[in-house]
Amino acid sequence: MTIDWRRLRPGHVLTAAIFAAGLYATVLRFSGGLGASTNLSDQFPWGLWIGFDVLCGVMLAAGGFTLMAAVHIFNAKRFRPIVRPALLTAFLGYLLVVFALLFDLGRPDRIWHPLIMWNPRSVMFEVGWCVTLYTTVLALEFAPVVFERLRLERPQRWLHMVSLPLVILGVILSTLHQSSLGSLYLIVPDKLHPLWYSPFLPVFFFISALAVGMAMTIFESSMSARHLGHHLELPLLRDLGRILTVFLAVYAVLRVQDLYHRGAWPLALRWGYESALFWLEMGMGLALPLLLLFLPRVRQSANGLYLVSVLVVAGFMTNRLNVAVTGMEASAGVRYIPKWTEVAITLSIVAAGVWAFALATRHLRIFQEEPPEAVRPPLAAQAHAAD
Amino acid sequence: MSQALLYDATLCIGCKACEEACATENGLPYDPAVAKLEQTSSTKYTAVLTHSDTFMRKLCMNCEDPTCASVCPVGALEKTALGPVTYDADKCMGCRYCMVACPFGVPKYEWNKLLPRVRKCDMCSKRVAAGKSTACTEICPTGATKFGERDALIREARQRIEQEPGKYVNHIYGLEEVGGTSVLLLSAVPFATFNYPDYHDQALPLLTYRVLARVPDVVVLGSVLLGGIWWITQRRVEVAALEGPTPSVEKKEKEGGTSHDH
Repeated sequence: MTIDWRRLRPGHVLTAAIFAAGLYATVLRFSGGLGASTNLSDQFPWGLWIGFDVLCGVMLAAGGFTLMAAVHIFNAKRFRPIVRPALLTAFLGYLLVVFALLFDLGRPDRIWHPLIMWNPRSVMFEVGWCVTLYTTVLALEFAPVVFERLRLERPQRWLHMVSLPLVILGVILSTLHQSSLGSLYLIVPDKLHPLWYSPFLPVFFFISALAVGMAMTIFESSMSARHLGHHLELPLLRDLGRILTVFLAVYAVLRVQDLYHRGAWPLALRWGYESALFWLEMGMGLALPLLLLFLPRVRQSANGLYLVSVLVVAGFMTNRLNVAVTGMEASAGVRYIPKWTEVAITLSIVAAGVWAFALATRHLRIFQEEPPEAVRPPLAAQAHAAD
Repeated sequence: MSQALLYDATLCIGCKACEEACATENGLPYDPAVAKLEQTSSTKYTAVLTHSDTFMRKLCMNCEDPTCASVCPVGALEKTALGPVTYDADKCMGCRYCMVACPFGVPKYEWNKLLPRVRKCDMCSKRVAAGKSTACTEICPTGATKFGERDALIREARQRIEQEPGKYVNHIYGLEEVGGTSVLLLSAVPFATFNYPDYHDQALPLLTYRVLARVPDVVVLGSVLLGGIWWITQRRVEVAALEGPTPSVEKKEKEGGTSHDH
């Protein structure tokens, strides 16, 4: 216990420092406007808050709909013990994305405008609606966890009746807006660097979201086991690792083919700013994880899977930032480096997410499985089968 | 009926009277320091660019199928039947997607205001609606900027090129670029000199609309597909339960693996 306490202190100090900086940055943002608090400009109107907080935030929350689909539609009941953490991550993720938008929008007081002022030709309009609806779906999907704690049985029964339509709606909304975040960039064929611009951007965004959903579930299960002392469901993580391999392989083949057909490979081989970041993304998010997952020793060990998940998450965060920032710089004619205020607010939002996750696991039944049906014995049997 | 502007750079003397008239019309400050800036901004909607002894105007192209209007999630930007692409500041929530998407880099933002707006030339939409020409046309001493019906201006531009082929680059910029624009340009030097990109004739909104048009399909087919998969997986569980728990079946079911009846 004393060792844990000592270990936690620097973390607390760091978190406090991040929140203090974030608070000051918030004051600057809302007293001085976007000009005073960001390095955005007429040449570079979207920066870290769109590239990381929105694009990466939504991607990192993809574990929610993938696991809900696996358990409640594909009837893969063995994943039940990790549905709740994935759902919690997704719900917090979307709440934080919406929260982050309040910083980035020039008129955050009008964030609701797309709900009543329609333009169905706009991808942003579709994303706005999908994110709003899906956040609502996530709230309803997560509500039973809260009701259970409050012993509210009747609303729990009501929600149970609509649980299947909710899951289907959630999967469809996620499919739509995960891919639409890629579609946002279809409109800039002459601005986004050819290493990233592709007519298949929506497909790439969707498949990578599936992969990252798996990786994030592995990641948070591992982190929770390490820091919150929960039991690690290794056989489940191995299964997730297998699914992750499939998603990564499909993505890799499509991406390689797409670059080939658009004649973009020579650009990747010419050394430069864009190609360096392209290879960072491809190496970290695709090549290295796939290589590691082909090694039985890695894909069967908790540490190996943890490493792979970190690489995949970091690699695809690089991908999203490459689309939003790296790939847009050359055509804009400027280099964009976020101001400290932008970084401080982003870090605060991430810290708030981690803190809320830890808080929720302490007060709600997150790491316990939903109904207490026997899952452990077959799991143990399965672990043997997997070996 | 659609109105347009024809700017003939060979007639322009670079006096920048259009800049000043534009500023006056839109209530913006104008002085020699502003005149020196050869780029548009949130306080300067049109600029006259100089390249040795040639000039070129920069202003909103007021596209026929505007990218900005297609991407705006709240429909704040709109192509009017008269030609101008207008902006409704009361709708705008400041997502700045129009700035990212505009192929000409036209929309500018009031970065240092607490209630910022997007700023751009709107082809004097109020004047045009009242049957007048734009402020920049009215002031132009040489007729380099001309206001009129788009079709008529295209005919005139063609005529000018035909009559003096040596004087012009054989190209009416804006005739076909990104599906055509309501600002047409003629020049003696290549348009690339003034950073007017070499665009193909397809309007950009199609690129996203092709994908958005599939949304209803995803919703309908997705619901049916997912519902169907759920029905099959549920059915397997029910059948297995009905046929009684043989040890092997029960074990397989609990593992969530494949059941016996496929």
